[in-house]
Amino acid sequence: MATAAIDAHDAHMGGEHPPTSTGLNNTKVAIWAFIGSECFFFASLISTYLIYRGRSPVGPFPHDVWKDPATGHVFKAILNIPVTSVSTFVLLMSSLAMVLAHSAVVRGDRRSSKIWLASTAILGATFLGFQAYEFTSFVHEGLTIHTNLFGSSFFILTGFHGAHVTAGVIWLVTLLFIDIKRGFTPDEAINVDVCALYWHFVDVVWIAIFTLVYLIK
Amino acid sequence: MAADHSHATLPHDAEGNVSPPHHTHPDWGTYKWVALILTLITGLEVWIYYIPSFTRTNLFVPTLLILSAIKFTIVVMFYMHLKYDAKLFRALFVGPLTLAAFTIVGLLFLFGHLKINF
Repeated sequence: MATAAIDAHDAHMGGEHPPTSTGLNNTKVAIWAFIGSECFFFASLISTYLIYRGRSPVGPFPHDVWKDPATGHVFKAILNIPVTSVSTFVLLMSSLAMVLAHSAVVRGDRRSSKIWLASTAILGATFLGFQAYEFTSFVHEGLTIHTNLFGSSFFILTGFHGAHVTAGVIWLVTLLFIDIKRGFTPDEAINVDVCALYWHFVDVVWIAIFTLVYLIK
Repeated sequence: MAADHSHATLPHDAEGNVSPPHHTHPDWGTYKWVALILTLITGLEVWIYYIPSFTRTNLFVPTLLILSAIKFTIVVMFYMHLKYDAKLFRALFVGPLTLAAFTIVGLLFLFGHLKINF
């Protein structure tokens, strides 16, 4: 009876996947389990940053001016909130583009799916551009991964997040190429759905980082 | 959205036939409002950051944490469709997220960043 119910369900849903014991798509279960494990990964990095926060004996510091007693050189507060606010907005808009891409694939609207997938990838790449600019300017201003505890924990945390965004952009570009080459049918929407879940997770991690690292003084 | 399989067992009608599941994922209008709300909250966070009289109060950090949590929840509920999807997905995300949050708070207590004064 349960099998019949799942078969009927599957037929109703367009026969996207064979029946499973949970009635849920195994790929989607896997991506949610992966996202769950990623929560622990980023929690370890965020807690490391918070533990080291305010414990650097030497600057530059994130929100405060620091004068090097040896050289007399004055380092301004290193974080550039206006630039990071714009990059945060870009990442939020990429999430909007991602849901619209998924929605277009579900509707079978191939033109829109290509446009929104490309938009998401471009916005993700733009975010990475902002991060590259930020990292470069920090190095020029005297903050590297070796400088102090703030530099080490900051570059590790935001660097790993940037690596996740990079992986997401590569995934999006791959989906875009497939969409251009042969297109996704509504039955194949799960392929975009899984990528979308990963992308939104990267977005929510940045929401936490933006507040904890950039805004809280 | 028709692509999500959220029901292990489906409701049956009087004749024993399987009834279609009720998937009501958001449409463009909802996504648009969600994006607008997320943008406004982000703007509010940055605005608060530039009010010196407010940043010196004890309300500054809790306000930012609450605004951030609202944004986090909105993205997870609407963009990640957790509001509409199977309970298993919710458990797979909320369970580890809760444990991760407790780990962060526990470590902050352990290293003296948070204290309870008795």
